[in-house]
Amino acid sequence: MQHEQTLIFEVSREGRTGYNLPTPTVPEVDLETLLPATMIRKEAAELPEVSELDVVRHYTSLSTRNHGVDSGFYPLGSCTMKYNPKVNEDMARLPGFAHIHPLQPVETIQGALELMVDLQEQLAEITGMDEVTLQPAAGAHGEWTGLMLIKAFHERNGDTARTKVLVPDSAHGTNPASAVVAGFETVTVKSDERGLVDLDDLKAKVGADTAALMLTNPNTLGLFEADILEISKVVHEAGGKLYYDGANSNAILGIARPGDMGFDVVHLNLHKTFTGPHGGGGPGSGPVGVKRDLIPFLPTPIVTKTDDGYGLDYDRPHSIGRIKPFYGNFGINVRAYSYIKTMGAEGLTRVSREAVLNANYMFARLKNAFDVPYDTYCKHEFVLSGKRQKALGVRTLDIAKRLLDFGYHPPTIYFPLNVEECIMVEPTETESKETLDAFCDAMLQIAKEAEENPEIVQTAPHTTVVKRMDETLAARKPVLKYERREASSVK
Amino acid sequence: MNRMEFRYLPMTEQDERDMLETIGVDSIEALLSDIPETLREQASLAAIGAPLPEVDLVRHMTKLADKNKHTKSYPSFLGAGMYDHLSPSVMNHMLLRSEFYTAYTPYQPEISQGELQAMFEFQTMICELTGMDVANSSMYDGITALAEATYLASAQTKKKRVVVSGAVHPEAKDVIRTYADGPGLSVDYTDVVNGVTDVSDLDLTDASCLVVQYPNFYGRIEDLETLAELAHEAGALFVVSSNPLALGILESPGALGADITVGDAQPFGIPQSFGGPSCGYFAVKKSLMRKLPGRLVGQTVDEDGKRGFVLTLQAREQHIRRDKATSNICSNQALNALAASITMSALGKYGIRDMAVRNIQTAHYMKEALKAAGFNIVDEGPMFNEFVVDFGRDAEEVSRHLLEHGMIGGLPLGTYEGERQTQMLVCATELRTKEEIDQFVEVVGGMK
Repeated sequence: MQHEQTLIFEVSREGRTGYNLPTPTVPEVDLETLLPATMIRKEAAELPEVSELDVVRHYTSLSTRNHGVDSGFYPLGSCTMKYNPKVNEDMARLPGFAHIHPLQPVETIQGALELMVDLQEQLAEITGMDEVTLQPAAGAHGEWTGLMLIKAFHERNGDTARTKVLVPDSAHGTNPASAVVAGFETVTVKSDERGLVDLDDLKAKVGADTAALMLTNPNTLGLFEADILEISKVVHEAGGKLYYDGANSNAILGIARPGDMGFDVVHLNLHKTFTGPHGGGGPGSGPVGVKRDLIPFLPTPIVTKTDDGYGLDYDRPHSIGRIKPFYGNFGINVRAYSYIKTMGAEGLTRVSREAVLNANYMFARLKNAFDVPYDTYCKHEFVLSGKRQKALGVRTLDIAKRLLDFGYHPPTIYFPLNVEECIMVEPTETESKETLDAFCDAMLQIAKEAEENPEIVQTAPHTTVVKRMDETLAARKPVLKYERREASSVK
Repeated sequence: MNRMEFRYLPMTEQDERDMLETIGVDSIEALLSDIPETLREQASLAAIGAPLPEVDLVRHMTKLADKNKHTKSYPSFLGAGMYDHLSPSVMNHMLLRSEFYTAYTPYQPEISQGELQAMFEFQTMICELTGMDVANSSMYDGITALAEATYLASAQTKKKRVVVSGAVHPEAKDVIRTYADGPGLSVDYTDVVNGVTDVSDLDLTDASCLVVQYPNFYGRIEDLETLAELAHEAGALFVVSSNPLALGILESPGALGADITVGDAQPFGIPQSFGGPSCGYFAVKKSLMRKLPGRLVGQTVDEDGKRGFVLTLQAREQHIRRDKATSNICSNQALNALAASITMSALGKYGIRDMAVRNIQTAHYMKEALKAAGFNIVDEGPMFNEFVVDFGRDAEEVSRHLLEHGMIGGLPLGTYEGERQTQMLVCATELRTKEEIDQFVEVVGGMK
């Protein structure tokens, strides 16, 4: 059994430090003369007291207890865990990008603005939209921004009865959450037996109160909404707008564009399709692209090309306003731009074609050993169902935990909600056939274990630094910060 | 097509043939046959251009970066929500441990203990600094966190009127106003008197919350205790947006009555990066724990009773509650929360206090030097590392003049407030030396 990992607070010893402040150059003035005593803290914040090596050992140790794409295969569906190029990290750290202040005089930030305008144009081209804002911080922020644009559009047209947003039952959880935060009610649209939007149900639910339909295409089952042109017609004829959730855009680069499909608003997750990286949960970047009739409502400022260079346009009287301080997660946008430049048009097209081939290959290898809710060609990801294994007493959660023993991050599980015991696999294009084969071999072995030796799966993982965690205890008696133990306060 | 041209794409021609054969189709096109033909024909990437090998890419990117004037070669006196601070070398080294930055949200705790524990420690450090009971594992930035705080307050109090101090960051005012249009909140601003929130004529009728910034946009330290009392008397929550570095020395918002404290951890070594990504934090009193937006990490035990960490209280979140979630936030700023934690650990209990004091001392020196040179300090009073100076002439002009002398000046306040055309919000952090400050004063003094 491995030792219990100490907290940084537990290595703390009075009198140590991990950093030395610069040599003072200004004269020291008695603090009491600068601040009234009431403004000064009575108790110091109990931050750790550790040496620099303590800091290095601690965070190095933590890193070894974490699985990233660099550690191994990470087929987490709808998250596009592709390789994060190292050079992008270097580019974002160039002093001319990392150490510029957003409010510097505009003539001192021309390179940054040029990059942003280039990236806006590239993303507009990739998605088939007319203008792009880089301001949203992440996908959900982009969704909310897009819905606020749609709301402003309808309001501007005096169309105030459009209070509902249609969301398919297979949608990401952020879709309904964003709709509600934007002040809409959500209406769920059913999927049909093909796993696609049920056109009859859509027609029954769309109407004069429809503000928008939010759609992911390919959807979260990895299936292309083949009726998209008809869907677009139905929604538009009812006066609604079509919103594209770009979480799955790794399937469509150079293959099909949301703008051509009829979408009015698009967000992209630059930390997914455009190599972010994911950062353990963020930061992301969620640019939003719109068709011409929504441009007036975009958040200010808009970065534009001017007669003598690049500038920031605040003169947008119908804008929904600012949605984030400054101009978005620029550092992530630099990485995405660096990736797009590296791949070029040809490379990006290959990205999606190979992501699709990889997913279909894995699906072909696995579809006999698991239940398959939709046996058709998928796009960049596919879903399996663990129903057959569940009947043997092995749940999808067990399968996921058993995969940990093979050194893999499991696929997304129990999502989308419309597939029982769902296992959602997204291999991405940066993984080799050998990696895909090894993962499929592991999945097949686990399927076999479920039949022959279910206990080994049910009690997995067996090799990780901790075993299954008591999540009920965590929720019932929340311990959300370190509380100094009695013993340690006794000197 | 030259396969070797793309180093991120491992698929060989042989792989492609073998995989297609397993699937039972003869081309990738067959896998795309469900996509309408018209869409295939329209798809264009014409504007993207040719792929760039690494050397070409670096050359191109360096050329763009070099068009910017950065704070490593131009001493900067700009603050206003984004600060030029020291960044310990260990921070970047640890941040580049790619097990952290190439992972996603720690959904599988058994192989994500590193990230989970780092977030748990971040939550603890934020609670220590703010004096609050519970902190989440990060938000996009301090300002959107503040906007989310107005949502929480409205949901909690069932009131739709938000009262915001006139002395919060102008961009925070803008973001709060945009956010308010979602659930239909109304927003009112207080007056500002002598550089701080005017309490003499504060109308908190039906207010869900009173929002203040600490130190405020003009650099001044608000009287939180009085403001908290007024908010609570009116049945409103007291929301404080706070620079966490300042809390190294200033009394904590928690001790002075805050119900919600938010802010941005960017001062802890996170590069300014043209305004983002930074690192929002969100902390509350225990009674509001289940209303928090975003991810929370909690301590628990594994099957063997060994301590470990998991994402917890997820019933608040969008992936479980969908349209009933407390917020739509999903991706956050985890990596920058890690960066801030590493910096806070390196600085430590006394380092952070000393760094905060150093900021006060440095800004004080600069303020006195400007006064000695005959400039007027606007609404002088207790401050952290920023203050407002009136040059008696267009501050934009002063800024341009400083730039010609190799310095990035403070923020001309006319940018946000027309009537403050001659004023500049100046920031002097621990990185500014006496020599740089003296040069600033000499240059602006020479303009007279």
